Amino acid sequence: MTDDILHMRGITKTFPGVRALHEVSLSVRRGEIHAICGENGAGKSTLMKVLSGVYPFGSYEGRIEFDGELCRFGGIKDSEDAGIVIIHQELALCPQLSIAENIFLGNERAGRGLIDWNRTNHQAGELLRRVGLEENPVTQVADIGVGKQQLVEIAKALSKKVKLLILDEPTAALNDQDSAHLLDLLRGLRDEGITCVIISHKLNEIIDIADSITIIRDGQTIETLEMASGQVTEDRIISGMVGRDLDHRFPPHEPNVGEEVLRVEDWTVHSPSQPDRQVVSRASLMLRRGEIVGLAGLMGAGRTELAMSLFGRTYGVGISGRVYKEGREVHIRNVQDAVKLGIAYATEDRKRYGLNLIEDIKRNISSVSLGRLSRNGWVNENEEYRVADGFRRSMNIKAPSVQSVVGKLSGGNQQKVVLSKWIYTDPDVLILDEPTRGIDVGAKYEIYTIINQLADEGKAVLVISSELPELLGLCDRIYTLSQGRITGELPREEATQERLMYHMTMGQE
Amino acid sequence: MSSSTTPADLEAGPRRDAKGEPPGRLKLGGLSINIRQSGIYIAFALIVVLFSVLTDGALLQPQNISNIVVQNSYILILAIGMILIIIAGHIDLSVGSVVAVTGAVAAVLMVNYGVPWPLALLITLVVGGLIGAWQGYWIAYFGIPSFIVTLAGMLLFRALTLTVLGNQGIGPFPDAVRTLSNGFTDSYLGNVGLGPLGGADVFSLLIGLIAIAGMAAAQWRTRAARAGYGQSVDPLPVFVLKIAAAAVLIMAVVVQLARFRNLPWVLVLLALLVLGYSLLANRSVFGRRIYAVGGNLQAAVLSGIKVKSVVFWIFVNMGVLASIAGIIFAGRLNQAGPTAGNSFELDAIAAAFIGGAAVQGGVGKVVGAITGGLIMGVINNGMSLIGSPSERVMLVKGIVLLAAVAFDVWTKRRAGAGAR
Repeated sequence: MTDDILHMRGITKTFPGVRALHEVSLSVRRGEIHAICGENGAGKSTLMKVLSGVYPFGSYEGRIEFDGELCRFGGIKDSEDAGIVIIHQELALCPQLSIAENIFLGNERAGRGLIDWNRTNHQAGELLRRVGLEENPVTQVADIGVGKQQLVEIAKALSKKVKLLILDEPTAALNDQDSAHLLDLLRGLRDEGITCVIISHKLNEIIDIADSITIIRDGQTIETLEMASGQVTEDRIISGMVGRDLDHRFPPHEPNVGEEVLRVEDWTVHSPSQPDRQVVSRASLMLRRGEIVGLAGLMGAGRTELAMSLFGRTYGVGISGRVYKEGREVHIRNVQDAVKLGIAYATEDRKRYGLNLIEDIKRNISSVSLGRLSRNGWVNENEEYRVADGFRRSMNIKAPSVQSVVGKLSGGNQQKVVLSKWIYTDPDVLILDEPTRGIDVGAKYEIYTIINQLADEGKAVLVISSELPELLGLCDRIYTLSQGRITGELPREEATQERLMYHMTMGQE
Repeated sequence: MSSSTTPADLEAGPRRDAKGEPPGRLKLGGLSINIRQSGIYIAFALIVVLFSVLTDGALLQPQNISNIVVQNSYILILAIGMILIIIAGHIDLSVGSVVAVTGAVAAVLMVNYGVPWPLALLITLVVGGLIGAWQGYWIAYFGIPSFIVTLAGMLLFRALTLTVLGNQGIGPFPDAVRTLSNGFTDSYLGNVGLGPLGGADVFSLLIGLIAIAGMAAAQWRTRAARAGYGQSVDPLPVFVLKIAAAAVLIMAVVVQLARFRNLPWVLVLLALLVLGYSLLANRSVFGRRIYAVGGNLQAAVLSGIKVKSVVFWIFVNMGVLASIAGIIFAGRLNQAGPTAGNSFELDAIAAAFIGGAAVQGGVGKVVGAITGGLIMGVINNGMSLIGSPSERVMLVKGIVLLAAVAFDVWTKRRAGAGAR
């Protein structure tokens, strides 16, 4: 029998209304690099959170054996004590502290309650050499790039006597050179006997580095592939990730496509935190009346950034490019301009950016369009009620009345409130960012029906989604976005999950 | 899973009773009371009853009611502006100093330069507005936290007060200003006997009746319009009962005041301000935007609300209201002094929070802030009537503030535990 460092068996994790993981099993050999692949939302991150104790023992079903012992982690601290360290996609460093301080945060080199700075900086220096980072340990983390920050995270993990290192999308924000360095480092760590679990969307990197790959789809383990066989290709992984069944989850729709409404040319957006990094690079796309267009891309591809930068420059700096509305060039400087031009954007994060959770349904629906509901600055509350109640009925928002507080509704009903809010602005173009995220199957069907109706009313709809089956089932045409570039445009008939995934993982040359 | 009813939807079911009442409501016969929203009024009623008993009824004597109104008027005016700022998620620590500096400006204009009082008051209001614009600019457009800007303002405007006044009080004020702050309506229509209650001013009683009639008519129109739109309204007996209760309350206060020295002018001013700002907060587009900004700033930005402009104007508004309070305070003392308005900002902030504002913003009512201010006023007044030393008054006010906010946090946590 092989020497396995980790066994996860029959892991099931449910959230209210959603089963995120179902009987997932994962075995990792000691000293290997094990990749976990799956679409966005397949359950990879949830599985890693179960493993690292973010979801404590008892909140899931199944058993975890690590290093031959049954684990009952009550929190991250417990899993770290056992030797499991997770490095999240969003780095957890304090930018105003030095590299050395970050490395030993919560684990300070101290004697009698006072920090021993010589020991701190000396040991930090040794760890930095191990990860190949040539920086002074007293440098502020804010002053080094993202790639180097990633290395600081790894140094921090090494300082904790790590046995199993979990990396969630470690190269998502890195350029090619930094990525290559990171992958080399992981190989070095493997040779030192540290086991790595890596979650990544970059299949070429995975094929390059992994010893075995476990594929997860819809919260279930699909298969584990051994790289030693030498027969695993990107296509093989993709077909495992996407599966093949596309059942009747989508309402039938006969598109009636008309004139062009919106055209975007050479749209380039830079990151506000790293103004020299292009988040969207010379993207061009076009939307027509009555057409539902999909925008596919992996996490970090720049989908939301593209949408928000178009919607009144609510994201990004150094934005350039041209936008044409019905053939006429327009300049959208803020949200008010966008709304006036008939562009609506329903955010992917409705709780943070979409809704005022402490207000009721009617005030949320009316919030963008108070001008239409008021005279001389005074709101006609009865009209507001009538409008909101109309939406409650037509959108089938399940709530006792439109005076119910939005924060207490389920995800699907909250999403219907967001859609109502934007539909009431009577837009020509609706950009829907992850319109069914965190929503149950039944409510999804309703949202799809609403999207079809919007198209039938002659609106152009751009749907951003991480779920490829959703895009294939809903859209008339699909753009793919990879690392900020439009890498493909496929009509419905030609689009398959494999082809989309191929374009979505296309690297830049 | 093909059904359109999702588990999450069903989950909402058991938390509501058969009539779809959300949690946190108390059922009393046909009346349903939202504890979180009504708690403050119930507390106010209990405090009034408590001190009436403790003072053997002295609290509700005509002269004392008049005193409570006049003594707290400037804090209540500040609380109106403060609640709007707190709803938007900001704070204003400078209002005490702004009260002082605007009072000083009014005094210098009227006393030193002999400017006619209507013009002087107008200039003072403009000065208040400019002060608000100054602070609003740094907060809204420059992006400095309001805590810092107004903390600086607290020092700046106190310094300006001392400079303007040359470190001494300036007075006396013209009669008109003193009447506004301290005076009462004339007995235009003579007195009428009210049996065992003695004589009372007819004009004051008439104003009270007109106010009640206006309130009843407005409520009736609202109710009819809502019913016309097919919205649910209170059943008629409950509606009449609520109006009657409000009418009795208003009349009780008015009768007491009419028995003493008629209506204080500041009460008339205050009533108009409360009415106007309640409408502004609830029914105007601008008011809605204040709630939207405080409720979820990012969502407000993405809804096309001009957040910066909203924040700027609520600070301008605060400056104007602070200048009104400054004039009234100076007029009441009949001089503008260097220490005027000391710690008023804390009383105004406390009034807003006792009155149900949320620390995170997005929640609060003008009437709530007024009630919060009156609660503190009644505690102040009642405890001084029973001869409590001032340190004990401070102690009680501190406990009341903490308890009010603790209650708010507690009810919210319970509501949050029910929801996801």
